[in-house]
Amino acid sequence: MNKGYEATGVLSVEDLGKAPGFPSEERMKKGPVAVIECVQDIPCNPCVAACPFGAINVETLIGLPELDEEKCIGCGSCIAHCPGLAIFLVDYNHSETHALISFAYEFLPLPKVGDIVDATDRSGRVVTKGKVIRVLEKKDFDHTAVISIAVLKEYVHDVRGIAFLKGGE
Amino acid sequence: MRIIKHPILGPLKKTKEVNITVDGKTIKAFEGEPIASALIAAGILAFRKTIKKGSPRGYFCGIGRCTDCMMIVDGVRNVRTCITPVKEGMKIETQIGLKESKTNDSN
Amino acid sequence: MIATDIAVIGGGPAGLGAAIEASKLGAKVIIVDENKDIGGQLFKQTHKFFGSYKHYAGVRGFEIGERLLKDVEKEDIKLQLNSTAFELFGNELGVIENSNIEWIKAKKVIFSCGASEKVIHFPGWTLPGIMGAGGAQTLINVHRVLPGKKCLMIGSGNVGLVVSYQLLQAGADVVALVEALPKIGGYGVHASKLRRFGVPILTSHTIKEAYGYDKVESATIVSIDRNWKPIPGTEKTYDVDVICLAVGLKPNIELPLMAGCETTYVSLFGGRVPLHDENMETTAEGFYVAGDTAGVEEADTAIDEGRLSGIAATEALGYVSVDEANNLKTEIRERLEGLRSGTFGEHRMVAKQQLIQKANYLRGKRS
Repeated sequence: MNKGYEATGVLSVEDLGKAPGFPSEERMKKGPVAVIECVQDIPCNPCVAACPFGAINVETLIGLPELDEEKCIGCGSCIAHCPGLAIFLVDYNHSETHALISFAYEFLPLPKVGDIVDATDRSGRVVTKGKVIRVLEKKDFDHTAVISIAVLKEYVHDVRGIAFLKGGE
Repeated sequence: MRIIKHPILGPLKKTKEVNITVDGKTIKAFEGEPIASALIAAGILAFRKTIKKGSPRGYFCGIGRCTDCMMIVDGVRNVRTCITPVKEGMKIETQIGLKESKTNDSN
Repeated sequence: MIATDIAVIGGGPAGLGAAIEASKLGAKVIIVDENKDIGGQLFKQTHKFFGSYKHYAGVRGFEIGERLLKDVEKEDIKLQLNSTAFELFGNELGVIENSNIEWIKAKKVIFSCGASEKVIHFPGWTLPGIMGAGGAQTLINVHRVLPGKKCLMIGSGNVGLVVSYQLLQAGADVVALVEALPKIGGYGVHASKLRRFGVPILTSHTIKEAYGYDKVESATIVSIDRNWKPIPGTEKTYDVDVICLAVGLKPNIELPLMAGCETTYVSLFGGRVPLHDENMETTAEGFYVAGDTAGVEEADTAIDEGRLSGIAATEALGYVSVDEANNLKTEIRERLEGLRSGTFGEHRMVAKQQLIQKANYLRGKRS
């Protein structure tokens, strides 16, 4: 079985630790913060323009996005603007027991606030249940919805999506 | 099958429906859509048969380059159905090889 | 006989870029296209483009198409649609619309004819329901028709990855994506999206056989070793009703060959490509190429190569000064260099430089 990101498309937490867009554990525990899971030198920078606080920097067009942990307040504006859908938002302190994970979602049907969903990791495996806290659709997002789900804190580094919902056609 | 709802493209817009026949059978189509699209929406994927073995062939490239989608349309042979728009009352027939229509096939 | 300054053959992103720039600088332009609409492959692209936010990044492909169409409408560009360019005598181009033949006499010609899908052969590959990934994309995104519910994707370049995602959005299930190489060919982020939403990506795998009577009903894939040999015992069969081949595109060079353009084989660009210089002019004077015809890349590079060829052709006609043309061309060349950088782009930059060197050499210049 071929291993590694280039063979599987699945980033390990070790791969991400090297990404300049991945926030430190310390910053994650302070409050909501963007998590930019972008590790390849593709010519691309719309994340820079998407951040109202100038917290994302891409030095040259092929540079990896760098996250300024101090400037980032975790507003989530960047999530819908990444063409690779590689930006997430993590709010470690959503509650005593749960973290809030926000991600881009471009499928129908959209879940509803309050739904209990199957939360999936980067390889699409269902790892836990999540509760849908917010479903954000804005004209500026151009048909990319941003979904926020609450999951147990232990899954904060794993959960990055949900299993498809039934019904829609 | 038709894609009624789509997360990016929005709901399918209603356009004028027309009737066309495919080997004598009437199916519905949207005016102006490519013939191939109407056939595939109706579940018809085999458009023609090869002359030697009678093997089914159908849509491949979708942009008029490969000619795999050819059928007889209103009596005209070798029509690329993937880029030819549908019209009310159009008569579509399975093409055998490059010449005979299915209905005229003497095999 | 239609007389014009510049005939642009193919109204996709490259052709539109060429026509808009040439017309803005004062040239009389006609766009010839086989289809009833211009826009080429842009209107199938429902995903957001990469690149610079100063340019088109973050905008969905079909919206970029709409912007280009608006620019075309602002100009006085003649459109010859539903017309196939089929003959070339010197600088007289024959086009056929239905059964009517029209002749276009152009001072300069730009070939922006795009590319065609490649195929791989395997038992059962001709069954209806087995189609090019681009063909599937046209069906689902332009015509809103799903060719089937259970798809197997062959090929992990950006086309295979993106179309798999779009099949999911259209309501189909992608049972697997197979790639013969040990690595995924396209962008990691495209692959990550598929994995996140449950699509297995199997590298070092290929399709062994497809089965069905009137249409495809199932397919067997198999693991392959480093020598491309199937490993017995690793077969896996899926029920499928669509198989998409995303195994590469090859430039459409029939017309450049008719014009006498010298070509060279560049595997990276999809096959045989016409040689062209830094102005996108081929070895046949007065004939230019742009976009996938000049080497398969992306829509961004196609638009920019188109712009470059349009400006260069107009400059050659004397409508714009050398200095003004140079400023415009330099800006575009810098942008192209930016797009052709990084792991995914740098080899294309080198290959383009080699093409340019060869073209200049053959045309008797030293560069």
